Amino acid sequence: SVMATPRADDWSWFPALALGVSFLKCILINAYHSTDFEVHRNWLAITHSLPVSKWYHENTSEWTLDYPPLFAWFEYSLSHVAQHFDKEMLVVQNLIYTSPATILFQRLSVIVTDIVFIYAVKECCRSVREEKGSKDLLGHPFFILAALLLWNFGLLIVDHIHFQYNGFLFGILLLSVARHLQGRHLEGALLFTVLLNLKHIYLYIAPAYGIFLLRSYCFTKDNTDGSVRWSSFSPVRLVALGSIVISVGALSFGPFIAMGQLPQVLSRLFPFKRGLCHAYWAPNVWALYNMVDKALSVLGVRLKLLDVAKLPKASMTGGLVQEFQHSILPSVSPSITLICTLCPTLQPKPHPPPSLALSPPAKFHIWCRPRGARGFLRCLVVCALGSFMFGWHVHEKAILMAILPFSILAVESREDAGIFLMLTTTGHYSLFPLLFTAAELPIKVLLMLLFTLYSFTSLKKLFRGSLLNPLETTYLLGLVAVEILCEVVYPLSPWQHTLPFVPLLVTSVYCSLGVSYSFIRLYVSLLRQHGTDKHKQL
Amino acid sequence: MENWSLVSICVLFGLTARWAVSLNSYSGAGKPPMFGDYEAQRHWQEVTYNLPVHEWYFNTTDNNLNYWGLDYPPLTAYHSLLCAHDHGFDFCWVLVADLLIYIPAVVLYSFYLSEGSNKKKVCTVLCILLYPGLILIDYGHFQYNSISLGLALWGVVVLGLGWDVLGSLAFVLSLNYKQMELYHSLPFFCYLLGKCFKQGLAGRGLFLLVKIAVTVLVTFALCWLPFLSDPGQILQVVHRLFPVGRGLFEDKVANTWCSLNVLIKIKTILSTDTQLYFSLTTTLLAILPSSIKLLMKPTLWQFKLALVNSSLAFFLFSFQVHEKSILLPALPVCLLLNDLPLPAIWFLQASTFSMLPLFLKDGLLVPYVVTSLAFLFFSIYLLSAFEHCSEDKLRLGCLRHLPSLIPGSFYFSITAMAGLSFMSVALAPPDQLPDLFPLLVSVFSYLHFLGLLLYFNIVQIAEPLQSVRKNQKKSN
Repeated sequence: SVMATPRADDWSWFPALALGVSFLKCILINAYHSTDFEVHRNWLAITHSLPVSKWYHENTSEWTLDYPPLFAWFEYSLSHVAQHFDKEMLVVQNLIYTSPATILFQRLSVIVTDIVFIYAVKECCRSVREEKGSKDLLGHPFFILAALLLWNFGLLIVDHIHFQYNGFLFGILLLSVARHLQGRHLEGALLFTVLLNLKHIYLYIAPAYGIFLLRSYCFTKDNTDGSVRWSSFSPVRLVALGSIVISVGALSFGPFIAMGQLPQVLSRLFPFKRGLCHAYWAPNVWALYNMVDKALSVLGVRLKLLDVAKLPKASMTGGLVQEFQHSILPSVSPSITLICTLCPTLQPKPHPPPSLALSPPAKFHIWCRPRGARGFLRCLVVCALGSFMFGWHVHEKAILMAILPFSILAVESREDAGIFLMLTTTGHYSLFPLLFTAAELPIKVLLMLLFTLYSFTSLKKLFRGSLLNPLETTYLLGLVAVEILCEVVYPLSPWQHTLPFVPLLVTSVYCSLGVSYSFIRLYVSLLRQHGTDKHKQL
Repeated sequence: MENWSLVSICVLFGLTARWAVSLNSYSGAGKPPMFGDYEAQRHWQEVTYNLPVHEWYFNTTDNNLNYWGLDYPPLTAYHSLLCAHDHGFDFCWVLVADLLIYIPAVVLYSFYLSEGSNKKKVCTVLCILLYPGLILIDYGHFQYNSISLGLALWGVVVLGLGWDVLGSLAFVLSLNYKQMELYHSLPFFCYLLGKCFKQGLAGRGLFLLVKIAVTVLVTFALCWLPFLSDPGQILQVVHRLFPVGRGLFEDKVANTWCSLNVLIKIKTILSTDTQLYFSLTTTLLAILPSSIKLLMKPTLWQFKLALVNSSLAFFLFSFQVHEKSILLPALPVCLLLNDLPLPAIWFLQASTFSMLPLFLKDGLLVPYVVTSLAFLFFSIYLLSAFEHCSEDKLRLGCLRHLPSLIPGSFYFSITAMAGLSFMSVALAPPDQLPDLFPLLVSVFSYLHFLGLLLYFNIVQIAEPLQSVRKNQKKSN
């Protein structure tokens, strides 16, 4: 029976978990979908009906192709299956075409490509460290990891309701991480390069990969104290890595370089005309920054220190993605955000004297004292979260880039589990505004409760004891209050029509507190590990 | 993990599946002039909210009974009145009803009245909550079966815990919500009467009998209070609840008369009165053995089996049976999932399959396929159905060679159901036989129901009157 003591090779529960979530995805086929549905239908149409030379020039629809070429090829191969469902969806002029066959096909394509994600989860579970000793199946770290990843709330509602292909992409990312954990570095590098050519947002974590591979793969041996041994540099390995990157890049961008369209493709990929924040502020540092700026300006006007007429008119809180200026605090430009993103991770500090516990940042850390693939994973999570915190025009969905890989660390260490619970609950709650229809409200609440309940009880059982202090628990309970305020109380109040953005504002700012707190704790844990290393060395 | 968290997760998952199904199409969506059951519910809210009580069941200028007239007992009417006050989201009300009535009963049943380890009980909760028939009818087609079935289940649970008076109260409420619960009434009656006999009719037994009788009468009176003033009211309500004028069956339904009609056109040969007496006689004959056995041995196990046998017999032989009435035997079969997993799963899948034509009409193909596959997979996997196939586990002491045929027949049956489902969707029927596929579906389901009726009757009757079987039951 399934609940008896599992043998090491008895993985029959894994298909059950995977099938269960797949069934759930299937009955969500007819739920609400966002404009991203039309985006992908448009790309199917473009890649199917037009020659390659027109792909990045086509702009009949406002949703132009803005992912790298490999993703375009992916859509092209999907379109060959699509034509058997409904040929009309592949006509570029059929804007916002949503026949039942179209919906069925697109939804099924997301569900089927999730197979990559399922396989990646299986590989990650195999790499998880666990203590020996008979535990019942539900208490094993690999079971908990599988459940946390396969049934991840954020992925479910972003992919299968809102509509995107993140499962497929995160599958490749997690598979790459799993390969590194298993020591198969070339495969990991190949997978990551492929991923970069599918969706360029993963450039944010490319530095983590770059430095880790350079340091731990190209230098084959370390000194006894763990520092770099320059003599062990292997040019062969560097060349191998380089050729992987170049060949994948050539496969992807080659045709476009040959046609001289590279500038056009790049301009589509990196549209910097958009504003600092998305229409809905991702719960990052800039949300807090905007909030403080707004609060100060309101205060300034009230206290008659500022003249209303002199304040910039464009409102950050309007629904459009415009460029705008901050009123009081200095305005933020793209280059500033780039520096802020790289700063915590790259800025070199002088080598500290042994008696002081100063703290070099993350990448410097994995250069000096690499702790193998797990250190790399931690660095990757910090990079992802750092880029979420400080990046330009960040979407709230980008929180998943930090949450999913972090799940692997969460089932292995008690402290990580505590940070994970905080980050995940806050991050997932911040995704609520994505599903704003009344019919989807019970689904998002039920699924959120399901995932949160499971993550708390399973991790608590795994690490035997409470993982959060009372302040953190109170903060998380406050999320319930925020939800009731935004969904129930506010719509009944008189301000619903004059200030409709207030619920979004409140959600965003409240969540950014939790996310920032998690980021700080994660960063501190990273540095503390380095501190322990240094002490060990003495 | 602790039980409460596992159960909560199962319940949340069950609720999510239910709500997700409701996001699909519903009965009568966009189909004027009559639309479907959704419109019926909405109309009843209108009628109960705007008209005075004594006009609810009458054909007046304001209330055209031909357009979805009220044909359920008073509790349904009061419930519609309640819903009418907050006509925001009707599907929400079904979810609330499920959460407050049906689901707690399922959880209590699994934890207090079924056997096995805690993990097995949680699995039972999950499998019962995943039963596709109820999900698709309540959330897809749109009805409130979870209230009447939930109240009946409360009745079973409370009786199982030994509180006879409260149990009968719960069942009477259930009966006053939907009159089809009469299918379950005979087992309740025989069980309680049997218990009274066992306690000695000259003492405590008589006292118990009187208590139950008084409870039943008072509850009935309270439910029918607004109609008690006028005998004409009561007659009219009864007339609406039991439309004897409508004939033996309507549409295609997987029972004896419809299937017999394929060979002999009984609907045209016999008069309506003859049909009525014929069906009454066969029904009584079918339920007699089971009821007598229950009267002689009023245990919970016999009670569950009698509920199955009685309601299934009613379904197969009674008059004016609708395909949705299969939910009535399905509920007690859900209670047998723990004890006889494979026959129970087989029946539950067949019951879902038998309603396929209805689901296709409502545009619920995808939810039907997904929930059926999910139910089959999870119940077989979690309850280890194929490991409980020995002749001992199936309680078939007398038929020695049958159990070895069971897994093969099960696979064949499921494949045939899948094939028929596919054909119903993908192929067009020939012009001379426009109802070919619904007919094939109902005849195929009928054969299953008949076979399983025989099986459950054998299991119930073959059990010896003295409890020799106690050891075998505990070894489950």
